[in-house]
Amino acid sequence: MSSHTLPAPGDTHGHDAHGHHDPNLQHHFVEMAQQFDTAKLGMWLFLATEILMFGGLFVGFGLQQAKFPEAFKAAHHHLDRNMGALNTVVLLISSFTMVLAVWAAQTGRRKVLITNLILTLACAGTFLVVKYFEYSHKIHDGLLPGKFFHYAQGQPNEYIFFSFYFMMTGLHGSHVVLGMGAITWLLIRAIKGDFGPGYYTPVDLVGLFWHLVDLIWIYLFPLLYLIG
Amino acid sequence: MATTSTPVTHHGGQHAPHASYLEDPQYRGLMSWLTTVDHKRIGLMYLWSVLTAFLLGGLFALALRLELLTPKEDFMTAETYNKVFTLHGAVMVFLFIIPAIPAALGNFVLPLMLGAKDVAFPRLNLASYYVYMTGAIMALTAILTGGIDTGWTFYTPYSTTTGGAVTLMTFSVFVLGFSSIFTGINFVATVHKLRAPGMGWFDLPLFVWGTYATAIIQVLATPVLAITLLLLAFERMFQIGIFDAKLGGDPVLFQHFFWFYSHPAVYIMILPGMAIISEIIPPFSKKHIFGYRAIAFSSVAIALISFIVWGHHMFTSGQSQLAAVIFSFLTFLVAIPSGIKVFNWVATMYRGSISLDTPMLYAISFLLLFTIGGLTGIFLGALSVDIHLHDTYFIVAHFHYVMMGGTVIAFLAGVHYWWPKMFGRMYNETWARIGCILVFFGFNITFLNQFAMGAKGMPRRYYSYLDQFQGNHIGSTVGSWVLALGLFIAAGVLLASLRKKYDAPDNPWGARTMEWETQSPPITHNFPNNPVMQHGPYDFDAPAVRRES
Amino acid sequence: MTSGAHAAGHYDHANDWKLYLGILIALLILTVVTVSAASFDFGSANVIIAVLIATCKATLVALFFMHLRHDSAVNAIIFLSSLLFLSFLLILCLIDIGSRIEPKPANWKGPSPGVIYPADLDKPVAPATGAAPASGTTPATPAAAPAAKH
Ligand code: HEM
Ligand SMILES: [Cu+2]
Repeated sequence: MSSHTLPAPGDTHGHDAHGHHDPNLQHHFVEMAQQFDTAKLGMWLFLATEILMFGGLFVGFGLQQAKFPEAFKAAHHHLDRNMGALNTVVLLISSFTMVLAVWAAQTGRRKVLITNLILTLACAGTFLVVKYFEYSHKIHDGLLPGKFFHYAQGQPNEYIFFSFYFMMTGLHGSHVVLGMGAITWLLIRAIKGDFGPGYYTPVDLVGLFWHLVDLIWIYLFPLLYLIG
Repeated sequence: MATTSTPVTHHGGQHAPHASYLEDPQYRGLMSWLTTVDHKRIGLMYLWSVLTAFLLGGLFALALRLELLTPKEDFMTAETYNKVFTLHGAVMVFLFIIPAIPAALGNFVLPLMLGAKDVAFPRLNLASYYVYMTGAIMALTAILTGGIDTGWTFYTPYSTTTGGAVTLMTFSVFVLGFSSIFTGINFVATVHKLRAPGMGWFDLPLFVWGTYATAIIQVLATPVLAITLLLLAFERMFQIGIFDAKLGGDPVLFQHFFWFYSHPAVYIMILPGMAIISEIIPPFSKKHIFGYRAIAFSSVAIALISFIVWGHHMFTSGQSQLAAVIFSFLTFLVAIPSGIKVFNWVATMYRGSISLDTPMLYAISFLLLFTIGGLTGIFLGALSVDIHLHDTYFIVAHFHYVMMGGTVIAFLAGVHYWWPKMFGRMYNETWARIGCILVFFGFNITFLNQFAMGAKGMPRRYYSYLDQFQGNHIGSTVGSWVLALGLFIAAGVLLASLRKKYDAPDNPWGARTMEWETQSPPITHNFPNNPVMQHGPYDFDAPAVRRES
Repeated sequence: MTSGAHAAGHYDHANDWKLYLGILIALLILTVVTVSAASFDFGSANVIIAVLIATCKATLVALFFMHLRHDSAVNAIIFLSSLLFLSFLLILCLIDIGSRIEPKPANWKGPSPGVIYPADLDKPVAPATGAAPASGTTPATPAAAPAAKH
């Protein structure tokens, strides 16, 4: 009825019988290419759920912002643009090092892979340190979400902005921490020499996750820090 | 068993050549079940869990109906009644009906139908089960520590101000959402990547199409529920000012967010039900399914359209008139693919040689009941009509016709259909049919007159009512007893079969989909060798092809 | 061709890092653009400009860093449909909130459209249908239900 076969569409090479002996091949897959494509598809589906989850917050933020434009404008002046911009740059660089790590694994450059994973971790750490300073400043000033807000000269409804600020950056920050855990795991496996051109699925998947974290920040930064 | 046809494959179950997944010597004992990554075993664990939830939710329902026997307060105060109907709704929706077909039956059958050894991500599958159990335990804790009286919809501002264990319950539903997401991710990837050689998209059994469409909804809609419930919990705990009008929030926004998930979620419930019906009608009519592609595409169309109609739950909520008109219009669109399916099923049966075994009896009940439920949905989608009917028993009747008369009946059809495959035993056909008939009549006695009651003005969610409605209420309560009797008979028949030796042939119904080409119950890796697609899922005209090569 | 490196067969990867570096530079430039654009006030276009620039950046990340350019189309479809469905949520909510009219009783005789202030509601209004509220909501008590409907 149809000419579709088991491997991914368009992928007709790589039917090597040796795939069966690859220790990384799980029993319910026929060959590595199929397993790799499946894992990637699963990761993209997961990323879609992440987008919709963050998306709900973005929509809520947008609607409340439309409702209280003055309060949001006033509130966003309390955020430090420079810190936000710095973190943007840091995350962009980390995305770059991450993609280099994937590339290194794919082309069998083990040292480059390890270096770039470490660099990515360093960027992620920097991001969190900057966030820490921002948070402690807000906490000190009482610029807090909901009922914890106690900034003396606060405008009415300003706390709604900070509710969203903390929820969005908090959820994002927790993803950064998760990503760091995953990258550390990659690093250990990379040092053990687990990855190479024949098998680098985990590097690729964590890479995708990490880029998504970057992608969300790309929207968070202007919306929170620049527009308010 | 005069009505069943001869098995297609040659060996009967009694002399199963290999040990089945149930008693594989490699996997013995409790631990082998708790740590299994076999989709069939996970499916069974889900099956027993959702059935327990169904029993619990059902007992709540019987209690509600008993209280409503008289217009006065009998044995429940208003507060207790509110809690019980909330628990009934929440347990049935989140613990039973959403996971029932995909996670229990789908898990078992989907890889078999594709000729695959397992789902794409077996460990994620097991994780989904444990996440589900975690959510279920949280829900039970919430029930025992204060209960919830918001209704399963958690509407603000009531849910941000009332007492009880609302926060815990929202977290529980949040967690349950993730188990549903995991199942969805798994199924989409499985259908894309693990089809048997030679099996194209249009060779897929329609059950696969239905669960695939469901999985899309699970993946795209559930995250929004998760974030909504998180916002609700934060609003309760920290007064963040999003849903509470007093704090500058917008309670109607909660309804938008909630229904953005929950309308698609009603299709998470019904699409797999429809999928089962598409699977059952052809073998019991001995005919190729009519309009294969129409049914397949209508599943996907339903999944997509279901995302843009949610506002029909909010016609009286204070959303703008413009939005209400748009949503009313869009709601009518969703009826088209639903109608296409019903007509195709009927056309499949037309002039077929129909055998009325229990699965088919349930499938026919589904056709009748779902049509009533769907049609009344159209009434409710009409803006002006809904203003009158909203929050009355008419709504209760509508959604029970689609959820109970549709999904639950289809679930029962599926359980009876695949039972021989899952457990390797045939059940007592006569008693199973009696159970089915009692369920059908009990259901109609309970809910048909609720349409009338609702149209006359009986509001939903009240523990007492005006005397004039007592006749209807007595009818409903008596009906609920008949329904319960039917369900207990069905359960008893199925459980009794488990005490027998394996006696199910590989293919008791003469079906043509791949799950019937392996032994009953299947071996751990499903098929002795990698199966190859040799005939379509509904090719009843083509000669039987053996699996062996 | 080694299995696992699915897209690797099509061309040589050795120089990919140059491409990635170029993308990084483009992303950094766009960051400068968005920060400097924010120092001007374009009124209500502010949000649109910021989101547009962010979308350019996101597109670069998705196409190059996330390899969507060479990947199988399904992954791109998944990604785009998540955005599509998110836009349904946003647009339909906006339609509602943008077109809401403050509620007023059907028998309201006061100043026509516009905001009704709670204080005004205390003024006596000529009752049109006896005491029953004229709005379409469900009555609060079962006892009131039939009364309001007849
Ligand atoms: C033909 C398709 C359908 C249409 C047009 C439709 C329409 C509607 C409308 C307009 C309402 C809102 C009534 C009100 O609250 O005033 C409603 C309620 C409901 N529908 Fe449907 N419906 C359809 C199918 C389904 C299906 C298949 C299910 C579930 C399997 C379902 C489950 C529900 C539930 C649970 C409610 C009540 C929710 C609540 O307020 O608690 N519907 N339906
Ligand atoms: Cu709906």
